Order: sequence, then structure tokens, then C-alpha cells
Amino acid sequence: MSCSRRDFLKQACGGTLASVLPVSAFTFLTNEEARAAVENANVRWAFLVDTRKCVGCGLCVKACKNENEIPYDAPITRTWVERYVITKDGQAHIDSPMGGRDGFIENVINGEEIDPENIAKAFFVPKLCNQCDNPPCVQVCPVGATYQTGDGVVLVDRDWCIGCGYCIMACPYGVRFFHPVHKVADKCNFCYHRITKGMDPACVESCAFDARRIANLRDPDDPVTKIITTERVAVLKDEYGTKPHVFYIGLDENVR
Amino acid sequence: MKWHVLRPLWLAIGLVVVILIARQFMVPEDFGVHGPSFTYNFHRLSNEQEWKDFPVKHLGRESCIECHEEKVAMLNASPHAPIECENCHGPAVGHPDEIEFLPIERAREHCLRCHESLDYPNHARSELPNVRGSTHKRRRECVTCHVPHDPREKPAREERE
Amino acid sequence: MTSEAVVHGVEWTVKELFVYPNEFIYWSIQIVMYPYMTGLVAGAFVLSSLYHVFGQKGLKEIAQFSLVFSLALLPVAALPLLLHLQQPMRAMEPLLTPHFTSAISAFGIVFTTYALIVISEIWFVYRRYFVEQVHELKGKEGLSNMLRLNVYRVLTMGAFDISEEALKVDHKAAKILAGVGIPVACFLHGYAGFIFGSVKANALWMSPLMPVIFIMSAVVSGIALCMLTYIVIMEWKAFRKRRTEGVTAAIEIKGAETDIINTATKYLLGFLVAAISLEILDLIFRGYTAMKSWDILRSVMYGKDFINIFVLQYTLGNLVPFVILLLPGRTLKRTVVALLLVLFGVFMMRWNVVIGGQAFSLSFSGYMHYHIPIIPHSLETFKEGLFGALTVIVTPFVLFWIINKFVPSLERGEEAKY
Repeated sequence: MSCSRRDFLKQACGGTLASVLPVSAFTFLTNEEARAAVENANVRWAFLVDTRKCVGCGLCVKACKNENEIPYDAPITRTWVERYVITKDGQAHIDSPMGGRDGFIENVINGEEIDPENIAKAFFVPKLCNQCDNPPCVQVCPVGATYQTGDGVVLVDRDWCIGCGYCIMACPYGVRFFHPVHKVADKCNFCYHRITKGMDPACVESCAFDARRIANLRDPDDPVTKIITTERVAVLKDEYGTKPHVFYIGLDENVR
Repeated sequence: MKWHVLRPLWLAIGLVVVILIARQFMVPEDFGVHGPSFTYNFHRLSNEQEWKDFPVKHLGRESCIECHEEKVAMLNASPHAPIECENCHGPAVGHPDEIEFLPIERAREHCLRCHESLDYPNHARSELPNVRGSTHKRRRECVTCHVPHDPREKPAREERE
Repeated sequence: MTSEAVVHGVEWTVKELFVYPNEFIYWSIQIVMYPYMTGLVAGAFVLSSLYHVFGQKGLKEIAQFSLVFSLALLPVAALPLLLHLQQPMRAMEPLLTPHFTSAISAFGIVFTTYALIVISEIWFVYRRYFVEQVHELKGKEGLSNMLRLNVYRVLTMGAFDISEEALKVDHKAAKILAGVGIPVACFLHGYAGFIFGSVKANALWMSPLMPVIFIMSAVVSGIALCMLTYIVIMEWKAFRKRRTEGVTAAIEIKGAETDIINTATKYLLGFLVAAISLEILDLIFRGYTAMKSWDILRSVMYGKDFINIFVLQYTLGNLVPFVILLLPGRTLKRTVVALLLVLFGVFMMRWNVVIGGQAFSLSFSGYMHYHIPIIPHSLETFKEGLFGALTVIVTPFVLFWIINKFVPSLERGEEAKY
């Protein structure tokens, strides 16, 4: 077939321009947008922790263990409370005995007795799974045993998990562990069995001080969503790009 | 062409075929990408319902009112109103049909969770009425002198002994 | 043997200062053994390919042996994982539902591919031997001869043509497989490095250099192990010949050939330099950039792990054998000492990465100390304890002994036509 150089160039340019049109129709959606668009999901669970209100009673940890069948005396827990005592010399004393299951009733941290006179500031920080938008734990599961639901909660399939522990190593927040009875990975799931029935997670219900609250980010009338979107909140370790969905009020710079 | 050279290839293909056939039997039917992303939504779909069906243990104050109306009313009117019944009595699931009596938490350590004065400056905890657990009435249970359902009240004489 | 509900990791982890409640040393001795064993696999294969692909004639004898040894090591590479998994019965799942965004999912496919390549290459190299054995054993009496005959029949896969032309094709196929196998062997071990290097949550592991460091040190360990085993076996054979048939017969055996040792040593040193350079580079970068994790990393590397890293790994495991191998007048004894130190050094590197990466808490405010279970009192303390590790170390030699009954990888001189 013969064609002049000019014809060829004309056709090449025209073809390129034509092909650019459908390609430009592809925009880059974030995971959040894609999910919302495809699933028409009107629920995205999030959590709000007010560290100014937490007194470290630990009743949330106790309730979580009972609700989620985590062996009470095992040193693992789906949620925990950390105590921070910053002494006047600038040192941070941090502990979480049994995850705060029995509360904090002594001023002894890591074997050291702290004199209240020396305390510059002290506070408690409850922690739980952040149900991240880009969960690194899900990314590294070799068999698809852990996954994210349409409403944002990350779950573990107990019948499929092979117990390799990669997800546990991949979580920057340390929320995952091996369940001592089921011998698979486990973690907080916002009491998925409760929130999908209109109940609150066990830790939220048991908190007498309103330090823990759950929210649906897609519901503009949700009072907690209003706080998250209009007041100043922080997240943990955002430098990892995980896009965590547990928001904190009163998060101190000493918090690990 | 010496065809024997392909024998190991047939072996390899055979192995792959075996694996693919095994997949048909061993992988649950609903396993796949259920969501917009292979990275985050690759799983067995029926597992979602399995988690939704996980048994609920804590039933909340509303379920206690039915039979314990007076106690709940007393609690609601007291400074201890924000505390859930199940915080001190444990999960109510199975009560009263399978479990006749729920445990009653009487240990000092339980009350000290909130009421131990850790003396932290500028903290919500210090605004609660508090004691030094190591010195305040050391050998007694708190409930000897304090009524949990309304801490403003004093317990009846029989209970104080 | 008990198997109660014990939290995995609690029996060998001691926490210091502030560590998140759920943190334990979850990846313990078996996860140290796994990259070590795959490293040996990759290294052994690369050594064998240096002969088949690059025609390094001086390596012919050790090449045949290391190819078969690479096969013996292969199932042992999977063994630590089976011992580590909390649900070992589900070990097939990475082949059934591989989640390709996970580096570990590569295991099933890479491992299978590599196994097929090694097995195929061995088949092409020894096919003539299998056919000859079938002819020799035909008509012979006795159960063991019958069994051997049938094993060899299966091994020929029905390809009985051993004409010059057919053998040429075999040779070409082996060469192609050896070439293709090199990147696959590198991938087999590079992906193990990627498993660690891609974990952004771990301040010590996160590094793009990790896969490359792993590959370099894997090749080092593979070459060292093959050289060591080759020397030991050859010297033992020579010793036996001397004892039974006298000195003249032993001279024909000659023990381990110096040429082979010299050539292999050159490659060993090259890869050793590459491995050390990358590791030092990683260390310098971390100190220079001083990210948030640097304080705790420094206290781990220069403090509690100083001996493990700088004395055991870098000095004893790298510098000392380097010097020994370069000193003039290198004897066989010195070489053996150097090789043992190299193998120890590579093991320490795996240890320092895996255990070292878990020596500090995610909180950067606490430490975890690893106390490997010595005397097992439960299934878990066996699997993830000293005896589990010893099982993994011993198995490849047992397997090699079995395979060698059917595949003569130690023949030399006239018989070594393969």
C-alpha cells in the first residue's frame, strides 16, 4: 500500500488526537471516591476519641474483651488505653498495663514511682483499629483473608487466614495480634456485629465520660460527624499514608 | 526436532492444570473482588455476614429497665447516671433465662478505676471525687459505706456490717 | 506437649519500657531461617549457572554438585514457613487465592516455577545416566534392583534416545534453563528482601536496598555452602580411598581441586564486597537523614545489638573471612574456616534484620528482647525454638543424601561427562 509522507503524518496526528479523547475520560479516583461511586455506599464508619475526657478507667477494655470473646487474661486486646505522664524534666513516662484493662490505680510507671509534684501534664489516650482508607494490613495479606467492607471496616476471615503474621507486622499502629484460641489474626472491627444493627460498639457504650464516639461520615446530620468536620481533630501517624479514620481531640505531641 | 526436550514442559503444564482444578474444589465460590479494588476488597463475601451474625453480649441499659425499673431510675437520677449497668455487672446476654444472677462487682479496685486520685494536674480525673486507695479505709469494700446506684446515699444498716 | 491458648510470642518476648500491648516478636527464628535457606538455594543455583551459562570450565565439578544441592535445599526453604504458620493446613492458599499485592503471595508461584526449572535442568543433565541405568538394571535380580529400575524408568519420562544429537539438544536445553533460572533464583530471594523492605511500618526494614542486599548476601551464602560441602565431601572421599586402597589410588581422587576453589572464591569475594557495601550505605544513610526512628534505631544498633551487628556479623562474619581468603598461601583449612565464618555472617545478617527489626517497639519508646526457646515444652516452643531451627538445618543434607542415590552429582574425571 502506498501513501505519501504527508498523508501518513496527517493520519498519525488525527489518530493520536482521537485516541486521547477517551483516555482523558479516565480521571484518577481515590479509593474513597471509587467506593462511593461504585457501591453508592451511604455509610462510612469513623471514630472520635476525646482525650480530654478520658480518665483511664479502662472499662472500655473490659467491655471489649467480654463482647468480642478475647480471653480475659491474655495480654492481647482489640482496644487499649495508654497513660502518658510528662514530668517537669521533659521526660515522657508511658504505660498500658494489660492494655489498661484494670484501669490505672497506681502512680508507678515501668517500675518507677512518679511523684505528683514532678508532673507537668498527664493524660490518657485510648487506641483502637483505625479502619484506614489505605489499610497496609489488607495490602500485604497473601491470601485475601483480610479485607475492607463497603462501609469502611476492615475484617478478618477466620476460616481463611493462614496465620503468617504479615498483616500484624504491616500495621503501623500495632492493633493486630494472633488470637490465642482461633490461631488467626484478629483486631478491633468497631464491633461490626453491633454497629450494623444500630447499636454502639461495646467500648463506646461503656464509656461513662463520652470520650469514645462512633460516627457515620456519610451522614451530614450525625452529630459526631459534625464535630469531625467542623472542629479541630488529629489522627495518628499520618505520615504513613494510611488515611486512618479514628480522629482525636486533644492529641498531644508526646503521643506515640 | 528432538521432541523429548518438551517432556519437562508437559510436566509443568500438568502441574498447573492440577492446581487450577484443585482451585475449583478448594476455593469457596464467593471468593473474589467484592468492591472497587483488588488491593482492598479481595475476599470471601459470605464472611461479611458471618461477622454481622457474631453474638451480641452487652444489651444496654434499656434491657435492664424491664425488670429492674427502680434501680435504673435511682441510677439515672444520681451522679453515676452515665455509668452503664453492664460496667459493673458484666454482659447481660443470657440473663435471666440462662444466667439467674449477674455478678456484682464489689472489689475496691473496681471503684478505684475512676476514684483513685492520681493527682494529675489539669485533668478530668481530678475533678471526680477521689481518694487515695492505699490509705482510705484499706480493708473495707467501698460498697460498705457507699451505694453504687446512688453514691449520695448511705447504705442501709444491714449492709454496712 | 501442651497446646493451650497461649498468645503467640509471649513465651519468648520480654518487653522493656513502653511497647504497644499487642506487640510481640511474632516473626522469630523460623523467619530468620527462611531467607537463609532461600538464600542458599539461590546462591547454589547461581554458582551452578556460572558453569552452564557462562562456561566457567573451572567450576564444572562443583557446578553439578551445587545444582543438585540446590534441589535438596528447595523443600527445606518451604519448611520454616510451614513450621511458622499458625494454620499450616492452609498452606496451599497462596497458590489458590494469591493476593498479588502481597509480596508473600509471590511465594507459591516463584517457588513452583523455580522448582520446575531446577528439576528440569537436572533431568536434562542426567537423562543419559538414567537411561543407562535402566539398561544396566534390566534383567537383574533382587528387590532393590527392581525398585531402582522402576525409579529410573520413571525418571527417564520415557525419553530413551541418547544419540549424539539428542544429547546436544539436552545440553542446549540445560543451558537455556540455567540462564532463565538465574533471574528466577534472584527473584526467589529478591522477593524475600522485598517482603521486609516494603513494610513501611518497620523503621529498620523499610528500605529500597533491602531486596538487593538480600540477593547479594544470598549468593554469598550459596557459594560458601556449596564450596564447603564440596570440600568436605571430596576430602572425605579422598581420605576413605587412602585408607582402603592406599596412596596411589587416592592421588586419582585428588581431594578438592585448588582451581575450583580459587575460581569460586573469586566470585564469593566479589559478591561479599557488594553485600557489605550496600549494608554500610544503608547504615550511613539512616544516620545522616536521622528520621523520627533514628533515636531508637541508633540505641538498638549501637547499644543492645552492637555485638550482634558489628562484632558477629560485620567483623567475624565479613571482615575476618575476607582477610583470610586474601592472605597469600591460602590453604584448604583456612578456606574452610573462612567459609564457615561467611555462612555464620550471612546467618547473623538475617538474624539482625528479622529480630533486630522487632527489637524496638512501634512506639519508638520501648524495646523487645528475644529469648529463643531452647528446651521445647510445647509444640509452639519446638517449632519456633532451637530444635525447630536445627531440624531445618539438618534436612537438606538428609535430602541431598537421598537424591544423590539416584543422581550422581559427585562423580568426576571419566564419569563426569554430565
